[in-house]
Amino acid sequence: MASRLMALWDWFDARMPSVAEEFRKHASEYYAPKNFNFWYFFGALSILVLVIQFVSGIFLTMNYKPDANLAFGSVEYIMRDVPGGWLIRYVHSTGASAFFAVVYLHMFRALLYGSYKQPRELVWIFGVLLYLTLMAEAFFGYLLPWGQMSYWGAQVIVNLFASVPFIGPDLSLWIRGDYVVSDATLNRFFALHVIAIPLVLLGLVAAHILALHDVGSNNPDGVEIKKKKGPDGHPLDGIPFHPYYTVKDIAGAVAFMMIFCVVMFFVPEMGGYFLEYNNFIPADPLKTPAHIAPVWYFTPYYSILRAVPPLFTSQFPGVMVMGIATLILFFLPWLDRSPVKSIRYRGVLYKSALAIFVVTFLVLGYLGTEPVTVWGQFGPWMGNADVATVAARVFTLLYFAFFILMPWYTAIDKSKPEPERVTM
Amino acid sequence: MSEKKIDSTRRNLIVATAAVGGGASAAAAIPFAWSWWPSERAKAAGAPVEADISNLAPGEMQIIEWRGKPVWIVRRTKEMLDSVRKSDDKVTDPKSDELLQPAYAKNANRSIKPEIMVLVGICSHLGCSPQTKGADAKAEMGADWVGGFLCPCHGSKFDLAGRVYKGAPAPVNLEVPPHTYLSDTKLLIGDDKKGA
Amino acid sequence: MRGLLVALAFLPLGCWASGAGYRLDRAPIDPRDLLSLQSGARTFVNYCLNCHGAQYMRYNRLTDLGLTEAQIREHLILTDAKVGDTMKVALSAADGKAMFGAAPPDLSVIGRSRSADWLYTYLRGFYRDAASPTGWNNAVFPQVAMPHVLWSLQGERALEIVSGKDHGPNEYRWSQVSQGTQNTVQYDTTVRDLVNFLVYVGEPAANDRKRIGIWALFALGILFIFAYALKKEYWKDVH
Repeated sequence: MASRLMALWDWFDARMPSVAEEFRKHASEYYAPKNFNFWYFFGALSILVLVIQFVSGIFLTMNYKPDANLAFGSVEYIMRDVPGGWLIRYVHSTGASAFFAVVYLHMFRALLYGSYKQPRELVWIFGVLLYLTLMAEAFFGYLLPWGQMSYWGAQVIVNLFASVPFIGPDLSLWIRGDYVVSDATLNRFFALHVIAIPLVLLGLVAAHILALHDVGSNNPDGVEIKKKKGPDGHPLDGIPFHPYYTVKDIAGAVAFMMIFCVVMFFVPEMGGYFLEYNNFIPADPLKTPAHIAPVWYFTPYYSILRAVPPLFTSQFPGVMVMGIATLILFFLPWLDRSPVKSIRYRGVLYKSALAIFVVTFLVLGYLGTEPVTVWGQFGPWMGNADVATVAARVFTLLYFAFFILMPWYTAIDKSKPEPERVTM
Repeated sequence: MSEKKIDSTRRNLIVATAAVGGGASAAAAIPFAWSWWPSERAKAAGAPVEADISNLAPGEMQIIEWRGKPVWIVRRTKEMLDSVRKSDDKVTDPKSDELLQPAYAKNANRSIKPEIMVLVGICSHLGCSPQTKGADAKAEMGADWVGGFLCPCHGSKFDLAGRVYKGAPAPVNLEVPPHTYLSDTKLLIGDDKKGA
Repeated sequence: MRGLLVALAFLPLGCWASGAGYRLDRAPIDPRDLLSLQSGARTFVNYCLNCHGAQYMRYNRLTDLGLTEAQIREHLILTDAKVGDTMKVALSAADGKAMFGAAPPDLSVIGRSRSADWLYTYLRGFYRDAASPTGWNNAVFPQVAMPHVLWSLQGERALEIVSGKDHGPNEYRWSQVSQGTQNTVQYDTTVRDLVNFLVYVGEPAANDRKRIGIWALFALGILFIFAYALKKEYWKDVH
């Protein structure tokens, strides 16, 4: 039996050797640093969630109806009438939030260990493109249940484009294909969500991984393992990705799935953060809910948008600042002038800046889920301004300060010397 | 593939992890595969239907829809039942040996009560719905025609018990659906267990 | 930094300012109490289903509550609906709007858009108000279009709202105007059962979900033991 299988494999390998070749190149002979820690699970986990979203999404389209009159009902049909449909829907809704959770942790890892620094700038750029594409994917997908939050969320975001000078109103009309978000909008968002954006995501994932494997992985010490090679030509501090990191990532994936299942089976709404309560009310173009907030993964940017005061009654400055807040990520590799990569050898300035940045991102995220009145008002001495709005402005400045001041504080920071070899 | 010796602990762990992991993956696939069975809506639409035959005159046909298919209910007259006897030697399966009817309808007239015939009006050939051709349609159907059904698609002929004539493209008789009498004038099509 | 993150995680709780308005009572519901759910179903079909539908909920799904299809047909289907039909209502949205000023919303997922506590407090919060078109008003949902449908059970009540001093919370003074057929404890139980049922209708698969979840976690736990042992086994030669 075993020899038969080997013979079959030899037959296949003789005709298509590139399969084995690619496996060697990307797994069994891809040498990864041996000192990966907890933070290095999230890249593999993002791929796992991507697969989960593809499978559950494909099965959802088998019963979902992209029609303004039927969409809301078809989701409830999936939740009640389709055998096992509720589970498939919860896999997809939990997966959406899980995707952003692992991607944010993956990005934080890059900030911790300087993974974006030379020679990995392209890996980082493809990563940021993936992040932005994922946001688009999530935004288009969120309209599909056709609840109140779906509807008004899309209405508000599309109207942001209306603030672009000169072409704005026409631009948002063109995006919607109607005077309000409507059946036409739903249909085109459906097409983008189920096929167009997923294809872009797949291509970017391939580019991200190829770019990574060409330069090799960074590690928690930030030292280049390719500099110290053994007599066999392999890095002394490297181990083959397969089997070492495949078995490690499998264990990590199982642990992740346990957390995923706790959320999916016991708190699928996650207190209104993963599935918003108002989205269980069908879309009603005549009635805006009292409090609309985007899903949690968009709220840091939503906070920034709200924090910027309108200029000459135009929302455009806010929209532009929000856009810059995402695009500035692209420049990170060139803003960081530290001689070392890892947080382990950086000085107190970068450590403090990163801590403040994390707090900033979380506070902005929290404020974005709440109405601006959540922290009350200042007294007349501040013109009775909303505390939360002022806070959001301060934290927006801190958000940009992390990037804009980076060339300065990373240059004067007292970094420790990097070791020659990785530490375990 | 490799020449390296894999020690037994490692091999056992690989097998155990692969087995449990394979089991878990198979279990995870269940809800996805399961979702292809008819939904509650499809089941409700395909539920048994009641037919009131109190107004069905002798010799007339009533058509009701069950699971998206036409179901014929005919109250056969004495002459019509006699015509069935006449076609006994002209049909492919006179004794209804093919299981196209519930056991309680496997008899000479393919029905529970001799006069009430219940048939799914879908040709057993390629799924067209045959048309009624009474005994008076001799001009079209031939001089020895005693009444029955003709499929417009490929010309299969059936008698008034839904049995297919020899030489027709249709291989077997028309199907008798499960049915039961709730009362003398009420039929339940699609279920033969009372009380459902 | 870790300490700061932890401190931050608890920050929102401290800032959770409760909005002004009537304080919600905690609904003592239990999704596994079949008798309560059955009683709620009876109240629902008798009182709610005249104006509100539950158009995504099928009657035969109520077998979840320990009922047979025959029992459902006999006790819970008050229209000519079949047991596989959804709980539709004869009143059209347009007629409802004409009668009440707002179309009565479908209640299939009301237990998910409104919390159980909100429903429980709302259904116990009606009072007489001569100024309102229906003669009724509600402490939780001021100027609500719906009249007090359960008033024959609860009786009529009156409410005096005293504005709080210094922007403090309002004070609510309830009084019973006429007796209904149920006393306060009985009426609270009726509403508790009805809310229990509405929450069930919002997500009929909720009990299955939790039951399957236990098994899924159990299976993943076993898999983790093997996967972790395998990782340990391989990694013992990495130094």
